[in-house]
This record gives sequence, structure tokens and C-alpha cells, in this order.
Amino acid sequence: MSKIWLIAQREYLTRVRKKSFIIMSLIGPLLTVALFAVPVLIAKMSDSGKVVAIADAGGLFADRLPEPKDDISFTRVSADLTTAKEEFKKGKHDALLYIPKLDISNPSGFQVFSRKGLGMSLENDINRAVNKAVENQRLRQAGIDRNVLDNMKADVDLQTVSLSDDGEKSSSTGISTAIAYVCGFLIYIFIFIYGVQIMRGVMEEKTNRIVEVVISSVKPFQLMMGKVLGIAGVGFTQLALWVVLSMGISSVMAGSISPDKIAEDRAARTTAVVRPTTSQDDAAKKENVATKFTQALKSADLNVPLIVGCFLFYFLGGYLFYGALFGAIGSAVDSETDTQQFMMPVTMPLVLTFVVSQAILTTNPNGQVAFWMSMVPFTSPIAMMMRLPFGGVPAWQLGLSMVLLIAGFVGAIWFAGRIYRVGILMYGKKVTYGELSKWLFYKG
Amino acid sequence: MKPILQAIDVRKQYANHTALDGVSIDIPEGSIFGLLGPNGAGKTSLIRIITQITGADAGEIRFRGEKLNPSHIGQIGYLPEERGLYKKMKVGEQLMYLAQLKGLSKADAHGKIRYWLDRFDIKSWADKNVEDLSKGMQQKVQFVATVVHDPTLLILDEPFSGFDPINANLLKDEILALREKGVSIIFSTHRMESVEEMCDYIALINRSRKVLDGKVSDVKNAYRNQTYEIEGKGHLLVAHPDFGVLDQKKRENDHFYAQVQLHAGTSPNDLLRYLIGAGNVEVHGFREKVPSINDIFIQRVRETHPDYVPETDSVPA
Repeated sequence: MSKIWLIAQREYLTRVRKKSFIIMSLIGPLLTVALFAVPVLIAKMSDSGKVVAIADAGGLFADRLPEPKDDISFTRVSADLTTAKEEFKKGKHDALLYIPKLDISNPSGFQVFSRKGLGMSLENDINRAVNKAVENQRLRQAGIDRNVLDNMKADVDLQTVSLSDDGEKSSSTGISTAIAYVCGFLIYIFIFIYGVQIMRGVMEEKTNRIVEVVISSVKPFQLMMGKVLGIAGVGFTQLALWVVLSMGISSVMAGSISPDKIAEDRAARTTAVVRPTTSQDDAAKKENVATKFTQALKSADLNVPLIVGCFLFYFLGGYLFYGALFGAIGSAVDSETDTQQFMMPVTMPLVLTFVVSQAILTTNPNGQVAFWMSMVPFTSPIAMMMRLPFGGVPAWQLGLSMVLLIAGFVGAIWFAGRIYRVGILMYGKKVTYGELSKWLFYKG
Repeated sequence: MKPILQAIDVRKQYANHTALDGVSIDIPEGSIFGLLGPNGAGKTSLIRIITQITGADAGEIRFRGEKLNPSHIGQIGYLPEERGLYKKMKVGEQLMYLAQLKGLSKADAHGKIRYWLDRFDIKSWADKNVEDLSKGMQQKVQFVATVVHDPTLLILDEPFSGFDPINANLLKDEILALREKGVSIIFSTHRMESVEEMCDYIALINRSRKVLDGKVSDVKNAYRNQTYEIEGKGHLLVAHPDFGVLDQKKRENDHFYAQVQLHAGTSPNDLLRYLIGAGNVEVHGFREKVPSINDIFIQRVRETHPDYVPETDSVPA
């Protein structure tokens, strides 16, 4: 046992000290944070406050100009198209919208002039503003007040409640799906990254021929287990660093680019151009979204300790199961190119679970397919983690899945150990499946 | 002398190949034991059983009279034919790791590593990565890794391959010094001439079987065949009732070289007397032709396998 510990220690320390590990540990969280922060930053920076001039010959905006939106504001210019164009050429407006004299039931002939291309969002905004104005005119003709109509529009949130033996539990499918994906993806990516590291490590020892020296001191099984456990430690360290650093970085970032602050900035800028009241509405709306999200998180009533606990279990269990198999592959081949034929059957179920998860697991988390996938050790680490956040997994299923996974990795480690002890001393031979199966039954 | 290690009727069978077919050897304590044989004879298979990398299918290995078991690992040092170290690990850390795997405590290992690095004058390498060392330097480090835990039985598989002549000599002295300290050494090689002078005992292995073993001097004595080498001036008559000329070569200026086998009842002095007297040659050199281990091996193998062709490059399974 102490030798396994020694080996695990070496595997851990040599990997953690590598530059690539340190870089990965820093880049991972930065990428995660960037994923969320960049859209916000872009939104903050790109809107330079575009101004659209309106030549309103048709009188569509006679009583009021469209409300500024997304930092696009509107201003009125001469209703005569030719003078408006002349002015536009000299002026500093970004676009010129011409409203012709129109028949409100069949409006046509709107024109937008711009110096450069308009850009999708600006065009959309102008289009929307015009549509809305036309709608308003029509509503007025029909004698309907805009406000009355707005009040009639429904904006309903469904609160989904799962009924189980424990009583009613409200859940939020959106949040559950997000958590399911994050858990599933993390397990998937870590099994791949660290499984392949085990394989490479074994191959390195084999091609370096150090293995013969080492296994004259320890049993091949100890060497393999030490490697698997040491690399597991590296994986956990990386995960922990990612979580801690991501939280650290995002909390620092949040201080400078919180949505509230952006809204304030925007309000300050837009009021200078047009009217103040509307932008405050905007901010209020945004705040509403934020509170909705936190409410959803709360109302989802996720069993957080259970999910975190199970995540750690399946993370480790899945890794040990696949790690042992990857180790066996590494021992059976001489070079990276030979790994392909053996990698396929090992990685297939892993990839399959992840692909299938979209179609089946998250849409029908308690169906037949989901049930079986969360039992078989090849697929259960990902499948079960994608079912759990939706709730409704009976305790016996979870227990059975865990027991099967433990049995699975004990079996996988036994199987890998048999292959490994023969494989690491086998050089210059292309190994076939038939041969592998013979290795299983070799004596000591 | 009491054997430190005994192999008793050891058998090892691979899928379609018998690696060892009932091999028995005794390694006397404090000696250098040559395990000789061509490539693929089964030497490495035997060594892997002794180092407990694999197990024997049948037979037994005894270490100091005890059945070989994992508690003996710390007493055995093994230098495999295919050398290998972790390339990206520092020399000092690597030695520490390998010593600890052999069961040494950190403090013990520290002192011993120091001693050996000093001895080979390679202390300044301790903080270098192995991949930054030359091949010869790596070989030295590998040797230190083999002996750092003070093994009582040292197994060296082709120890001189990859060493330049100077370092080979250094290594040879080191091996002899270890024997002086009482370490028993198994020396495995297919280049028999290279170790003849160092070995006290030998075993010859061919095609999974031991064909010959014993003390080097005894083996050689047993294979002496009353043949003498003569160098001189003049010309040696071919026909004589007391001896037969096996081979005679003419050299420049009326010189010659000849191998002469004495018939039973004739002593080397009789031959000398004849040469000086009736033979009418001027003798420049006269010595007994002792068969080399290589000669003995080939002779022995020809006796058992008349169709023997020396193997050159079969792959050990």
C-alpha cells in the first residue's frame, strides 16, 4: 500500500509541477468567465449611441418619436427628402429614415439611407420602430388604446412541480437542464483528459523501458493503481482550482461590470439624447430578469448536497472505471498510432451517452432508456448525473447505480491489471483482440 | 560456498514458445556468476523470474534457502538490458524514488544517493533532468539506481552495452569492488568473451535449457584438449607418432604458426624437446591453447544439437 502511495505521489507531483498543468488551471477559469463576461463587455463597448434621423413626410411619428432603444435614438429632420438627404450627407447622423406619405392600411415606400452598411441590429430596430408606429396608427383607427392591448398580452411563467412521495417540490426545468449539462460535461471532459493521461503515462513508461526497473520493485498492479490514483489527484486538484479561480475571477469581474451598473451607464448616456423616463423602465425590466433567475434557482429546490455528493462520486467512479481501461490500452500498444483500434470501443459509450443525453436524458429523465443508461457502468457516470438534477430518481435506483459502478470499476481494474502486467513487457508486437483475451488467463 | 540463490527445475511456457525447460542453477554467494547464452536462449526469462517480474510455471527459486517472496525485493538489484529512466525527472529525485520503491526510508536513501553520486563524481547532475544527460551519463545514473539500496544480489543484464571503453572499465572496477564487499553478482550476456575474465562461475543456456555450468576454471579444465600453440622459425614436419598438427600457417621470413595436439602419453616438454632437437625449428612462442568459453559453448551445443547454427537475432518473448 505504501508503494502505491509512493507511486501516486510521484505521478501527482510531476504532473502538477508541469507548466501545462499550471497554464490549464489558469486558462480554464478565464475561459469560463470570459464565456459569460465577453458578451456583457461587448454590449457595453459597441453601442456608441447611434442616431437615426427621420424625415417624416407621412406624419407617422407626428405626435411622438420612437423610444430610444439599445442606444439607438431618433431625431427629427426636415420632412422634405431632398433637403434631408443634403443635410444627412453633411451631418453626423448614422442613418436617415424616410417616411413617405402613406396609406395606413397598405404602407409602403419606406427608405433608409446610410453611409456605410446599416448593420443587422440597427436595421431591425428601425424596422421594429416603423412597424410599431404603423400598428399604433391602425389601433387608433380601430379605436383601441395601446395600453389596453399591452395589458391584454400574456407573459406567463410556468412553475413546474414534481409530485413525489416526499410531497410537492417545485422544480425548474431550465435550471435542472443547465446543471445536468454542466455536471455531465465536466465528467465527460475529465474522463477524457485524464483517462488519456493515464494511457500516455503507461505508454511513456513502457517505451522508456523504465517499467522493467519499477516492476522489479513493485507489482504491476501497484504501479497501475498508483498511477490511476495519482492522476485522479491531479484531476481533483484541477477541478478544485477551476471552481475556486472561476468564482474568484467572476466575483472580481462582477464588481466592475455588473448588469446594474451597465444599465445605469446606459441610462446616463441616453437621457442626454432624449427622454429619461424610458431608460429607467429598461433597468427595471433587467432587474426583474435577474431576480427571476435567482428566484428560479431557489424555487427549483435542488437537493444541492445530494447533487454535489453524487457528482463527486460519479466523477471519481467514472474516472476510475475508464482510467483503468485507458491504462490497459496504454500497456498493450507500442505507440500512439496503435491506440486507435482499442480506443474506439472504450470511448464509444462515453461519447454516445453525451450525444444521446440531449435527445433522451434531459427530455425524459425518468424514461426507460435513461434508466438503463444510468445503471450500466459504461454510461452511468454521465447518465445518472444528467438525471439527478431533475429529481424523481428513486433511492433504490441511485443506490443500485452506485453499487454497479463500484462493481464496474473493481472489475475494470482487475481486467486492466491482467492485461497490463503482460502488456508492459511486450514489445514490438501488434496486439490483436484475440491475444488480449489470452493475456487475461496467463498465470502470474 | 553456500548458494545465495538456487533455481530448481524452473519452467516457463509462453503461448507458443517454451522459454525455460527445467533449468536448475546455484549462484554461490560472493561470486560473479555468468549467465551466458545466445539471444533468445531464455536468460531474460530466468532473470525476470528471479526479479519477481513474472512467475515460473513450475519449479522453485530459493533465496538463501527461503522460497523467493516479495520480502527479498529490497535485497536484489536489477539492471535490465533495455535501460530506462523517467526522462523529465531530475536525477536526484529519480534515484530517491527508485530507492524508496525498494523499501528504503527517505533519510537512508538520501545518504546512499550522496555516497554513490560522490563515488562516480556526478554530484553536479543531481538537479539535472535525465533527458539533458548524454547516453553514457544516463548509463551511470542507471547503474547507481541499481545499486543504491545496497543489494546483496545484483543482476546485470548486458551491463557493458552502451558504455564507452573508459566508462566500461570504470564499471568493471566497480563490479569487482562490489564482489570484494561480498555482493553476489549475476552477469547475463550473449557476448561470452567479454565476461570470461570476470566470472567465477558460469552457466550456459541454449534453447531454454542449461547445457553446462560450473566453476570457470573447472569448465575450462574439462575442455582442455592437449593442444598447444607454437610460433617459430623454420618448418614443422606434419607427421609424427606423438602428436598431430591441427593447423599450420606460414608467415613472413620463414616464420610459422601452428596448433599441435598431443597424443596420449606425450607431455608438452616432449614436444618442446622434439622441436628444439629433431624438429629443427627456432621456437619463439609456446603456450597451451585453453578453449574460450565461446569455443566450449559451440562445442557443447554441437554435441547436443548437431544441426546447430548460431542464432543471431531472435526476439525474446
